[in-house]
Amino acid sequence: MLGKLTLDAIPLSQPIPLIAAAVVGLVLLGVIAWTVIAGHFPYLWREWITSVDHKRIGVMYCILALVMLIRGFSDAILMRSHMLFAYKAPGYLPPEHYDQIFSAHGVVMIFFGAMPFMIGLMNFAVPLQLGVRDVAFPTLNSVSFWLTASGALLVNVSLVVGEFARTGWWPAPPLSEATYSPGVGVDYYIWAIQISGIGTLLSGVNLVTTILKVRAPGMSYLRMPMFCWTALASNLLIVAAFPILTATLAMLALDRYLGFHFFTDSQGGNSMMFMNLFWAWGHPEVYILALPAYGVFSEVISTFSGKPLFAYRSMVMATMAIFILSFMVWLHHFFTMGPGGDVNGVFAITSMIIAVPTGVKIFDWLFTMYGGRIRFHTSMLWSLGFMLTFVVGGATGVLLAIPPADFVLHNSMFLVAHFHNVMVSAVLFGAFAGYAYWFPKAFGFRLDEWWGKVAFWFGISGFVVVFGAFYILGLLGMTRRMQHYDVADWRPWILIAGFGVVLMLVGVVAQVVQLVVSIRRRESLRDETGDPWDGRALEWATASPPPVFNFAAMPQVHGEEAYWTIKAAAREQLSLRNEPDYAPIEMPINNPTGVVCAFFATLIGFAMIWHIWWLAVLGFLGAFATFVVFAWRDKAEYEIPASEVQRINRANRTTRLEALQGVGRRRAA
Amino acid sequence: MSATASPGLAPGHDPYHLGGSRDGRGDSAATGRGAGGPAPKRIVVAYGFWIFILSDIVMFAAFFAAYGVLVGGTADGPKPQELFDLTHVALETGLLLLSSFTCGVATLALTARRMALFQAMMAVTFVLGAGFLALELKEFADLIARGAEPSRSAFLSSFFTLVGCHGLHVGIGLLWLLTMMAQVLTKGFRDDILRRTACFALFWHALDIVWVGVFSVVYLLGVIA
Ligand code: HEM
Ligand SMILES: [Cu+2]
Repeated sequence: MLGKLTLDAIPLSQPIPLIAAAVVGLVLLGVIAWTVIAGHFPYLWREWITSVDHKRIGVMYCILALVMLIRGFSDAILMRSHMLFAYKAPGYLPPEHYDQIFSAHGVVMIFFGAMPFMIGLMNFAVPLQLGVRDVAFPTLNSVSFWLTASGALLVNVSLVVGEFARTGWWPAPPLSEATYSPGVGVDYYIWAIQISGIGTLLSGVNLVTTILKVRAPGMSYLRMPMFCWTALASNLLIVAAFPILTATLAMLALDRYLGFHFFTDSQGGNSMMFMNLFWAWGHPEVYILALPAYGVFSEVISTFSGKPLFAYRSMVMATMAIFILSFMVWLHHFFTMGPGGDVNGVFAITSMIIAVPTGVKIFDWLFTMYGGRIRFHTSMLWSLGFMLTFVVGGATGVLLAIPPADFVLHNSMFLVAHFHNVMVSAVLFGAFAGYAYWFPKAFGFRLDEWWGKVAFWFGISGFVVVFGAFYILGLLGMTRRMQHYDVADWRPWILIAGFGVVLMLVGVVAQVVQLVVSIRRRESLRDETGDPWDGRALEWATASPPPVFNFAAMPQVHGEEAYWTIKAAAREQLSLRNEPDYAPIEMPINNPTGVVCAFFATLIGFAMIWHIWWLAVLGFLGAFATFVVFAWRDKAEYEIPASEVQRINRANRTTRLEALQGVGRRRAA
Repeated sequence: MSATASPGLAPGHDPYHLGGSRDGRGDSAATGRGAGGPAPKRIVVAYGFWIFILSDIVMFAAFFAAYGVLVGGTADGPKPQELFDLTHVALETGLLLLSSFTCGVATLALTARRMALFQAMMAVTFVLGAGFLALELKEFADLIARGAEPSRSAFLSSFFTLVGCHGLHVGIGLLWLLTMMAQVLTKGFRDDILRRTACFALFWHALDIVWVGVFSVVYLLGVIA
């Protein structure tokens, strides 16, 4: 009846995950109970859970990401503190548990921390920057988000019911095959990633279509803000790479469930094929994450330097070059598996070539700042921190791309340091920069600067200390994923890394405090005009937070930096552009298709993990029924009357006019 | 910001524009391409669905690649030459290609707003597609009965997966086809339903293209080898 699921699945013998999960569960239940009792649930349901508004969905993606980043960070604390006690001793986490923690850490951070953060920022900002009302497919957008959330839920359920994979964040066979991993851990991995992967793919399709087909009049390709370009490249990569992951994990699932022989290394199977397929997705994936972050830095650096982005076209070229090159380097992840000198040589060269367009980008950012009036806003600090630390990560990447060096350094702590160096400084710093930059746009008030700076300084110094120590540990010969060690030379560096984690923890706490403080002081942090940073792209041309329809009338774009052009004219003439002719606006109706789909997807995933076949069938029927109900609806859009559009727009025009008159008075004085 | 306009050029002229355009203003007047603003919904939907189909084809590419790698991994079990029956496959191919034709006629009927013809053609498409699927399942059943089941060897694993994945797509397509018939019947020729039918047609034809790949790479090459 319940497949493999029995009471034994609850790891009563392992107190740590149970306690952790109990705390998380209690907090979650508490929050749900509070919203229901306080009567907020109907509001949440109508305005957020069923929302098809790209801004709300973007915000929900970012909230999911923040929560999952904290989950992943607690895994990191567990691992680092365990290592403090694992010198000539077994530490406090048994190996089978330690292995689950490093696997879950990687999975949570990459798939449910970094990915949703980047997708959330793109969802939020891209339609605004393109000057349009929503993405191409609003309901599909909601489906994508909820499928991602469903995957995240499954990974966290594995804390309490059953176990998680012990294979690392890429489940390499034959270890991940049923013979060596008979438990449900790898199955949790497979179904969580399959479900959220479909969500990611759909959101990629959605954003590519949006950027290529839904832009304001006059917004030709070479007038799009840089963030839209990097979003385009990143989403094209999603469309081209994620299906490979889906296929690969499907093969692994068939091996495990039905005794197929794709990767078993017996009956003709070939485990090397897994590595090829997985990294054919895996290397593009790192650029799926990094490219949007490059876009955020481009926006932030240009805004806070008060200058247009230097050599915009070279930046576009560099972005698209990275997009193509990222598909040509996957083999550098397994130089040591014996592809032979010639093959290794070719992939070494292609890998190193990626550093060229990346270098172009770095110089473009530097020259954007050169001669500018730089304001050191928190998001600018994150960008500067990125530039300083990222070049080190890029350099060690090039080092690892030299096959002879990689034979020594492969799967050492040096590798771990490399990819954390690039992932943290590009993706995480980019996420935080984007968060600080667009927060006022999303919520109508700025984040507290003092706490933001505390978060930055502790975050970056902790990061340098931890991963600096990792580089040295790698050079001292320590391999990745060790559960205990007895080399005296490593001891001091492991202690230092432990100290670095404490610094990072302070940064994380400061980040949380910043949010709380900012919410409480929101009145004094209000963004009245909708343009708090003196921005240059169209998202700053509308109110903060923007009305559902984003723009009362679609902006007409003449040239790059669409909003700057408008603003410059307004400043010159000390008057706003003429008021548009208001017309009624049609917007899509919120609907619960997304959550309902995700509900059934979670059922299917859980049922497949535990071999509860009838429940899986039920889940599929439910998903199909949802599709039919959605297809049969008669009304997809509602109309916002012109008078309402006018009222909303006039309110924003008033505050903008006041700000403008302030400029006028200052000029006169 | 755009460069300072040189004399004789319209203001806002963008001399660095790649490709240029006839009005010399650096932005194309086509909708979705710049000056024209967002493309009409019909275009957006079909375009988005195309992108989705491309991603689906990438997934098939991964299965093709796996088949290519593992085709020699027969583990002393049956080889392709011993298994495939080209007449059977030719019949399958005929059914599927024909169904693409009838699907095309159904689309034309839809454009001409001829309900009866549309429904009839969709029904024929369904029958042909279901016939294809039945033949495929029969082939699978025969193979398994002869001991050539997917767990026998890596070659058979990849064969069943690649061909089965295509079959699964056809199965989903059949379900979709029925809901499209029902939607057009109950809701009439509404814009959103026309857009969906167009997507369905794209999907159905794409399955044909994939089948051509399966037919050549798996069956033809398999028999020749
Ligand atoms: C010039 C640029 C880069 C080069 C040449 C490069 C090169 C490499 C090489 C050779 C490896 C494999 C090392 C080994 O396994 O022994 C590697 C691993 C990795 N790199 Fe990079 N890299 C670069 C940039 C990046 C960026 C920008 C990111 C992410 C934002 C990144 C993320 C990763 C990850 C996640 C891994 C390894 C994952 C694992 O094995 O678990 N790299 N890189
Ligand atoms: Cu790589």
